[in-house]
Amino acid sequence: MSETNKIYTLPKLEYDYKDLAPYMSEEQLQIHHGKHHQAYVDGANGILQKLDKARKENADLDLKSTLKELSFNIGGHLMHSLFWGNLAPEGKGGGAKPGGRLAEVLTKEFGSVERFTKEFTQAAVSTEGSGWAALTYCKLTARPIIMQVEKHNANVYPMFTILMVVDVFEHAYYIDYKNDRAKFVDAFFHIANWNAVNIRLERLLDACS
Amino acid sequence: MAITLPPLPYDVAALEPHLTKENLELHYGKHHNAYVVNLNKFIEEGKADGSKSLDEIIQASSAGPVFNNAAQIWNHTFYWSCMKPKGGGEPKGALADAIVRDFGSFAGFKEKFTNASVSQFGSGWGWLVWENGKLAVTSSGNADLPMKHGQVALLTCDVWEHAYYPTYKNLRPKYVEVFLANLVNWDFVTKNLGLAQK
Repeated sequence: MSETNKIYTLPKLEYDYKDLAPYMSEEQLQIHHGKHHQAYVDGANGILQKLDKARKENADLDLKSTLKELSFNIGGHLMHSLFWGNLAPEGKGGGAKPGGRLAEVLTKEFGSVERFTKEFTQAAVSTEGSGWAALTYCKLTARPIIMQVEKHNANVYPMFTILMVVDVFEHAYYIDYKNDRAKFVDAFFHIANWNAVNIRLERLLDACS
Repeated sequence: MAITLPPLPYDVAALEPHLTKENLELHYGKHHNAYVVNLNKFIEEGKADGSKSLDEIIQASSAGPVFNNAAQIWNHTFYWSCMKPKGGGEPKGALADAIVRDFGSFAGFKEKFTNASVSQFGSGWGWLVWENGKLAVTSSGNADLPMKHGQVALLTCDVWEHAYYPTYKNLRPKYVEVFLANLVNWDFVTKNLGLAQK
């Protein structure tokens, strides 16, 4: 209720805009992070401030449309933050093979890392309209499960931890790949930071044990 | 019978500078064409009935790949006709009267149509439709379209990112503004209103 309430901020990238080329060009990454992601941060903060203001003035809000918009914007912010964190320049963390417990977990569930990659690719390529493919982990069954998100917030499994995402909104690849989403998803695996994904998994498993 | 990609009503460069040649080449030649190719594949595989019209295929199908591709063919064909070189501005005659009656003013319509188009989450379409004897502004997600909701489409603005990204990048509001100011073919919209009122 006060000015000290926290708001969302755009995370800094751990690499330069040019570092993911040629798989993701400098222009593509710059506009994606600096414009699209920033817009979700601003959108979410704007709604939080609108809620703060309405409470302060004891005014009524159209909660249905406000919360729909908040879900889209917070979803956009969190998914993009996860995305940047599971990318790395090729040869500097990007593009290697999954290792450690991640490789074990994927092999146990999918039979092989290749089979996982195939299913994950199919999920990404077939996402309807705009959305994401995500690798999640279900603590109840101890299974890694693929999630196909529409927009930033539909078809989500509540409470499942997200380990890895790939953005298949057209804005994620249009500058570099135009209408060829499949080509972008192939390129993603050259800059996928498997070590970061493994760390996300290990944190989760350690917290469970 | 196979569904064909209808010809673009103007040259791919005709809407420059408001939509670039590259923008239209991709949008018409790649995206619109891909929906046609996909639907014909479904017809060949017996998943859609090729003896029916596109409208009938859309009406007969529920959410899924057949509907998505058929509806996107319809949406894009309709969208191309909604634009023309040196279009935009304000409509005249019966359409202008109906807009004033149902939205108070052209500015009132413009604000509603812009909001609906700009704030559609993810991919979709902004629409002016005829519903229950009056005009209404709506938006739809992905391939969804007015005929599935008992409405008659009069005007649409494609707000899938592929519709404007080559020309405007992330600036969807700018694209929608230019669409209304410089591209809308009001004669086509007026004709649609006349047919809807019959």
